[in-house]
Amino acid sequence: MANTYVTIATTTVGSGGASSIDFQNIPSTYTDLLVKLSARDNRSGESVTDVLVKINNSSSNLSDRRLFGNGSGAFSDTATTGRVGVEPGPNATSNTFGNFEIYFPNYAGSNYKSYSADAVSENNATLAFTTFIAGLWSQTTAINQLTFYPAASASFVQHSTATLYGIKNT
Amino acid sequence: MTETLTKIIVDCSTKQETIVPLTAEEIAQREADRIAYEAEKERLEQERLAAEELKASANAKLAALGLTPDEIQAITK
Repeated sequence: MANTYVTIATTTVGSGGASSIDFQNIPSTYTDLLVKLSARDNRSGESVTDVLVKINNSSSNLSDRRLFGNGSGAFSDTATTGRVGVEPGPNATSNTFGNFEIYFPNYAGSNYKSYSADAVSENNATLAFTTFIAGLWSQTTAINQLTFYPAASASFVQHSTATLYGIKNT
Repeated sequence: MTETLTKIIVDCSTKQETIVPLTAEEIAQREADRIAYEAEKERLEQERLAAEELKASANAKLAALGLTPDEIQAITK
């Protein structure tokens, strides 16, 4: 990792699972933020589930455009739920985790906040997703809190990890 | 035994990590989020199916004009 990257915080989900991972009091001293997420969930009967983000504890004012492939085709769609990618669930290959990179440029500025998210779910089968998402949070407030959570009331399972990096441009 | 839902809070200013049970309000919000997500997902699926139907319909019309499958693919891909 370039020396302009600083690990702000990292966490690993324990044996009880976690409904969300919440980075609070993010300092405003960096240029950009990067989150690397390795995640799997417990949503019964499912191979994949979306992972969503709340910014400053809000799921409002979010919109995105997603490009994705699911093993049988390539598609594009939009949503307002704060999607950052798709993770494997109980019906995916055991002990596999999805990988996410979520980038927030100029997170402490006074303009609307954009993000890009590059993610793959893992599955030794035809159904496996790769997604690229361009997201927008239409608020001018500096980002000081990022909460990641599986959609549909699922929870992250043990050994899921999240690391928040601060990036300076000098 | 009832599952206790928890969340991980990482305070970036202190590096302190805490695991706390969800409050009743947070559990209610989680359920509201689930309902909103399911509705959005259904909307997206309907959109995708409608787009596929349009594509199939367009391809059928092109075929009726005499285009071969390779020719249709060449102009629609």
